[in-house]
Amino acid sequence: MTTRRSGLLRQPMAIIATCMLGVLVLLAVFAPVLWGEDAVAAHPDAIALPSSAEHLLGTDKLGRDILLRTLVATRLSLVMAVAATLMGVCAGLVLGALPAVLGARAQRWFASVVSTWLAFPVLLVAMLTVILLGPGATTAVVALALTMTPSFARLAQTLSSRVGGSEFLAAARMLGVSRGRQFTRYVLPNIAEPVIVNVTTSIGGGLLALSSLSFLGVGVQPPDFDWGRQLSEGFGQVYSSPVAAIGPGVAVVFAGLAFSMLGESLAAQLRDREHRKALSPRRLGPAPVAERPAQTPSTTATERAETTVPLLEVDGLSVSFPGPDGWIRPVQDVSFRVFPGEIVGVVGESGSGKSVTMMSVAQLAPAGAAVTARRLRFDGEDLTGLTPAERGKVLGTRVGVVFQDSLTALNPALRVGTQLAEIPRVHGGAGRKKAHEMAVRALDDVQIPDAARRAQQFPHEFSGGMRQRALIAMSQIGSPSLIIADEPTTALDVTVQRRVLALLRRECAESGAAAIVVSHDVAVLAELCRRILVMYAGRIVEDVDVALLATPERLAHPYTRALAASLPDLDTDRTKSLVTIPGEPPDLSRPMTGCAFAARCAFATDLCRTETPVLASHRHGGRVACRHPQDAVEADTAPVTAPGREEVGA
Amino acid sequence: MTRSTSATGRRPGGNRWLGFLLRRTGRMLVAMWVIITVAFIVLRMAGGDPVRSALGATADASVVQARREQLGLNDPLILQYFDYLVGLFRGDLGASIITGRSVTELVSHRLPATLELAGIAFLVVLLVAVPVGLAIAIITQGNGRRGAETVFTGVTAFIAAIPEYLLGVVLVIAFAITLHAFPVAGRTGPASYVLPVIALSVSAAASISRIARIEALNTLKDDYVRTARSKRLPAWMVYFRHALPNMLTATLTIGGTLLAAMIAGSVLVEQVFNWPGLGMAFVGAITTKDYGIVQGLALVYAAIILVVNLLIDVVLSLLDRRTSLLETS
Amino acid sequence: MAELVIEDLVVTFGHRHRAFNAVDGISLTVPHGTIVGLVGESGSGKSTVARTVAGLQRATSGRITLDGDDLLRTRGVDRRRRARDVQMIFQDPYSSLNPRMTAGETIEEALTTHGDLDARQRAASVRELLELVRLKWAVADQYPSQISGGMRQRVAIARCLAVRPRLIVADEITSALDASVQGAVLNLIRDLQRELELSMIFITHNLAAVRYIADTTAVMSGGRVVEHGDAEAIVANPRQPYTQALVSAIPRIENAGTDHLLRLADADGVR
Repeated sequence: MTTRRSGLLRQPMAIIATCMLGVLVLLAVFAPVLWGEDAVAAHPDAIALPSSAEHLLGTDKLGRDILLRTLVATRLSLVMAVAATLMGVCAGLVLGALPAVLGARAQRWFASVVSTWLAFPVLLVAMLTVILLGPGATTAVVALALTMTPSFARLAQTLSSRVGGSEFLAAARMLGVSRGRQFTRYVLPNIAEPVIVNVTTSIGGGLLALSSLSFLGVGVQPPDFDWGRQLSEGFGQVYSSPVAAIGPGVAVVFAGLAFSMLGESLAAQLRDREHRKALSPRRLGPAPVAERPAQTPSTTATERAETTVPLLEVDGLSVSFPGPDGWIRPVQDVSFRVFPGEIVGVVGESGSGKSVTMMSVAQLAPAGAAVTARRLRFDGEDLTGLTPAERGKVLGTRVGVVFQDSLTALNPALRVGTQLAEIPRVHGGAGRKKAHEMAVRALDDVQIPDAARRAQQFPHEFSGGMRQRALIAMSQIGSPSLIIADEPTTALDVTVQRRVLALLRRECAESGAAAIVVSHDVAVLAELCRRILVMYAGRIVEDVDVALLATPERLAHPYTRALAASLPDLDTDRTKSLVTIPGEPPDLSRPMTGCAFAARCAFATDLCRTETPVLASHRHGGRVACRHPQDAVEADTAPVTAPGREEVGA
Repeated sequence: MTRSTSATGRRPGGNRWLGFLLRRTGRMLVAMWVIITVAFIVLRMAGGDPVRSALGATADASVVQARREQLGLNDPLILQYFDYLVGLFRGDLGASIITGRSVTELVSHRLPATLELAGIAFLVVLLVAVPVGLAIAIITQGNGRRGAETVFTGVTAFIAAIPEYLLGVVLVIAFAITLHAFPVAGRTGPASYVLPVIALSVSAAASISRIARIEALNTLKDDYVRTARSKRLPAWMVYFRHALPNMLTATLTIGGTLLAAMIAGSVLVEQVFNWPGLGMAFVGAITTKDYGIVQGLALVYAAIILVVNLLIDVVLSLLDRRTSLLETS
Repeated sequence: MAELVIEDLVVTFGHRHRAFNAVDGISLTVPHGTIVGLVGESGSGKSTVARTVAGLQRATSGRITLDGDDLLRTRGVDRRRRARDVQMIFQDPYSSLNPRMTAGETIEEALTTHGDLDARQRAASVRELLELVRLKWAVADQYPSQISGGMRQRVAIARCLAVRPRLIVADEITSALDASVQGAVLNLIRDLQRELELSMIFITHNLAAVRYIADTTAVMSGGRVVEHGDAEAIVANPRQPYTQALVSAIPRIENAGTDHLLRLADADGVR
């Protein structure tokens, strides 16, 4: 609680709103005491005067000072709005949140009551209340509370059904926690904050609504007066003294604004606590770049490296995001090359930076990310020094991208065929009909049956595996020379996964395209790729021929070795414990010195903890960033080429 | 447990869509019936003799009696209710207690003025708020241009806090009384529409553009927008073809009630501009306690709002083809 | 711990023409002190079985008994008694812990609901349970948002153990975790099972994990058990075509660097 309070007071808007509310509360308490009598005293000699030094806002039809009346009216206006909102929120919470712990039937019953009530037009409820109870302040408050109740109930319902369907409430039920305790300990604390925000904003809205009722003459009745009543009186003399309407008008807007601003800053505070607000790029200074000086391109000992020009060459790539305390650096100093026709895998845990790296290479880094690189060449063209948009243009259709979650990666509002046909339409200059034919053919190529009909459907009508294949078709339709696939099979069942992997492999073999495949699953990459890059905490720690995975003792980096050994496979010895990596991946928002893996590494020395190891060529034919490569133990440098591997693509 | 439609799965044919439409219309009719009944009960429960209170204490007892007879107020309550329902089906909205004039006639005179005002304002709101929200979202995405963000939220928060009738009063003072640029009141020619439409639409436009910005920011973060960028489509195509429809869906889902609330706002604006629409008649009837007119007009307003809500739902389901909406709502 | 018997369990979702059986007549026995693995792809009904055994889902027909006690009977059963019969560990440790309670409070909640320990004894028990799941005492004061996924899952396991249930249902408890953490949780479950002689249904889509951890495995598809047998044998020598397809689809490190996938693509008949 204290942290929230102090955090809130750091926002300028919250401070302003609090000051405005303070003024209102002071007026509500003291104005009627100080000026209450003057505000109602009639002066027949000073009727409907315009603004003057004595009466800043002039006088009304009975000669009463409008400024004083506006100040005095604060109390009634505020009290009415707060009372109506509180009545509404209490009734709404009972109707909306309580059913969450009462069971499904009660929930349905209450939900139907609330939705019928919501269908009642606000205006109608207010007018019917006025008719039933007669016009007056109490009526207006009841009317407003009645119209607020169902929307609060709906809010509480939505929020608490989220809690009601949550696994932690299911766990509590299963533990045998009583219903009362479920409500107070599990439901209420988890819905309280949005409700408080909403109540604050609603008081502002209620103020405006009440003033409207009074303006129409069905709210507060004379001799009582609130701002709305005053406005309607002032509007009567708008020709003789326009300021008469302005005073109470300003008061209404002032109060409405105070509450809505407070509500807004409370909401912002809630958002920030979940995702602490990042500093603005201006305050952060320039984005960090890779510290290491440029060196002569290290050879990756793949024989072809000497003779072939790489398709993609990345050197010293860093990606940074603005964070609350400085730059967060999910990717630091990443260098690698991809040769034509080669399939490269990138493996790492969540937070290793593997997806961010590849999306940045594809010029698809999220908005706000700062991407820097010493060298970025694609197909012989230098991309450094270009703006991201220009780089995108260079990449054009030559890079196809396959995304992880096929349901969200396809636009739900557009037909699948349309989404595929866009590429030939935009880049190939194909006509509508031609582009559509190409789309159907591409879908057919990825084994989607009845492709012509399927092209007319929306993504939600596809099954998961079929959507993923449609995404592959989309990445292929421009005949790219490089495919970047980000976790292409993560959400799929194994049998579907196998088909998608086989398809991806086949497409590359046939078109000769190179591919970079990102995955958290070493085994998937082992089957699919020729070489893998192992990433840990934003850096490549090992770049190794995939064939070595089958013989973990020839892997060099302790992390790679553990990763390959930690997951059970179908031959794991059931009598032994699984090899595990102790500890947790590091927090990248804090600056780090030395090897990021040192804290979890059994072989780490003091040097590891102070100096970041450099990724350098290693005797196993790849590259390693480690001071204590573990394959040294076996020392005998076996020939690198794996048995039984055929030439890929080309 | 979710089951996605398999390769041989059903196609969402016209049947399902028709079913959705029928369900929605049915629900609207039920709501309408509940409103009719509640309005009927409330008006009969309101204290005293409505005719007596409407005609005033000085009216002759025989006149009151005759009017009661004419309006059928001497029949048993259940019979009155039944007659009323039958009348509604025939398009008879009842009659004024004071003058005995038909409410249906009144509505046919005054409804067009109200629909024009609200309809134009409605369009203005959507045409201004959605593009503005999208544009601001594009400018401020990814933490950029903090200044633009602060100005936008500040200005819209301020505008949204101005009630329609107050803006109307200010506009009248500034542009009609002081500058003589537009007529003060009434519905006379194209110029007379300008101020009422502005008064009615500005506050709603501010609120909806805020919602639109938030929804656009969420949409721009969605994966399919990234997919569209991966296809290197031109920026306008990414924004208008891929982001706009989805952002519109989300905006309407949240902002739909605001649009319906504009109908209520029209009552106030009509009052300020002396606009010869339903709102003037409604407020007048409430102050003169002419419950015959109140009842009839209340139903018309309820029907307008329910139809607006239905239309919004239909538009939403057209924009968002995902089955969820068709099946759960 | 106890023996669980499921007989002809049917769970139907939806109404009338939309109705389908998520679980379509399965029978299964979990003998005392053993782990029975339940594998299958999404939509196979394995999670529905878990939720039904845990009492979170109503059964349409069939019987579930624990040492002869009817678990499907809902009326007149004390909720605390029922809680001591079956406890479940959920897949997603992010959503299965109340974000407004510290790890310690979460575990203590289970202790307060069951048993009449005083505050000091409860604190001691919380400490013991944290040690049991290899967590440091300091974790007790932290909220779920402050600890990692693997630690959260350990807290959830500790909460479950606090009740001392007769049967534990573990539903995909490692699939939301990072590779380097999964192995540790599997080790933990295996050690605890041996130490405490737990009876457990272990649900997963990962055949390798189930082979490693379970005594017997039941393979589910379309709401039915298609094959049931010794956990190792079922992977080594699958008899049913479905199980064979499942086993052969698992990517293997031994295939590293081969053109295994291209051959599969040819077998699938791409063009």
